[in-house]
Amino acid sequence: MSVNRKIIGDVELVTDGDPHDGAQFLVRNRHDILELPAVQQAMFNKAYNAIETICDPEIPVLTIMDLGVFRAISFNENGDLMVTITPTYSGCPAMSMIAFDVEVALREAGFDQVKVNLCLSPAWSTDWMTDTGRKKLIDYGIAAPIGKSAELKTGRAALFGITQVECPQCGSANTEKLAEFGSTACKAQYRCKSCLEPFDYFKCI
Amino acid sequence: MSENYLYNYLVRLADNALIFGHRISEWTGKAPTLEEDIALSNFALDFIGQSRSLYSYAAQVEGKGRDEDQLAYLKLSHEYKNLLLLEQPNGDFGYTIMRAFIYSTFMHKFWIKMINSADKTLAAIATKAEKESAYHVRHSAEWVIRLGGGTEESHKRIQQSADEVWRFTAEMFETDEVEQSLTEQGIAFDPQDIYQDWLSYVKEIFEIATLQVNQDVFMRTGGRNGQHSEYLGYILTELQWVQRTYPNSQW
Repeated sequence: MSVNRKIIGDVELVTDGDPHDGAQFLVRNRHDILELPAVQQAMFNKAYNAIETICDPEIPVLTIMDLGVFRAISFNENGDLMVTITPTYSGCPAMSMIAFDVEVALREAGFDQVKVNLCLSPAWSTDWMTDTGRKKLIDYGIAAPIGKSAELKTGRAALFGITQVECPQCGSANTEKLAEFGSTACKAQYRCKSCLEPFDYFKCI
Repeated sequence: MSENYLYNYLVRLADNALIFGHRISEWTGKAPTLEEDIALSNFALDFIGQSRSLYSYAAQVEGKGRDEDQLAYLKLSHEYKNLLLLEQPNGDFGYTIMRAFIYSTFMHKFWIKMINSADKTLAAIATKAEKESAYHVRHSAEWVIRLGGGTEESHKRIQQSADEVWRFTAEMFETDEVEQSLTEQGIAFDPQDIYQDWLSYVKEIFEIATLQVNQDVFMRTGGRNGQHSEYLGYILTELQWVQRTYPNSQW
């Protein structure tokens, strides 16, 4: 582990072999950089601005920030950057697309030394989806995950038949599950018995 | 030497995930209903995703500059260490479901324990895989119940599937010096620790499904040591032909 590295804000990352070695700064959040020198603040902001609008290719209304897929940016004084992202599901095909988009965006923003690191721990959970993200999902017609994954009883309750999922179209709780698996690994198929619309439910994991 | 044990352990887990994922993916486009087609494709995606994490980590542990693709595609059949159960042909839908149920129940309990592994990467993979396998268990158990309590024909065939699957179950609980050494280090554990838990859940679902556990069968093993049935060869022919025909090709 790099001795001089400055970890800023609430960053919890476990990576074997620590690919963040050599990075001087590891930053999670835009609000956490105020103690940094102005040059580094500007560098972080430039990188963050470049990637904060990158969306999940399967759910193009959610950014990687909304989803909680973005974990941290680490960098040094030369502007060598590494962005850490975490996969939602083990086999999620969107990850390589997202990694590619991140790299392209950073290169376009003028960073030459760019790496994207895929970090498995701590494991992604729907608990990391932001409130803005949840609202965007519902507006898009996908029911947001219900409950907290960390609490097994409420978290998986919807798919395990205990909690009702609200229809994102009409808000009715009179819905039924059609299938546990949907168009992507993260969704299940539901039907509203009030407005008769079928819809996707973003599973709580 | 301990690195070698870890490498072997990871490759066994990765081969299980890859070969099973590949088998299930054979249903894509021809499952009995559209929803089931999507469900089985999702199963396959989860397993192949898990195999990628495991192969990548195995390659890193091995430290010979190989990557996940080389471990997945460029081994000879005796170098695959998957369980015999997972390379068996899909059979009818009942056999596919019964095997998925028996194996996913085992893996769900397996990953729950592996979350506490002293190896951080393995624990991270387990945390993710546990969530996925919970859905596999749920989905396959529902089908076992429906087929068991369905028609006379569906009951007969799912019971036959249970009997056929059973002779491959002992291999899931086998151990050798690989497990024993890693268990001492707190990285792995003895699968016998989850045997009772696994059996009692299987029996619970079988009871609802009006099925019998016929335990008095001759147990077949060997896959973990690279001794396979002929079926693996056919899988590898399909799985490897792109890499064999166009070496080092990339997506």
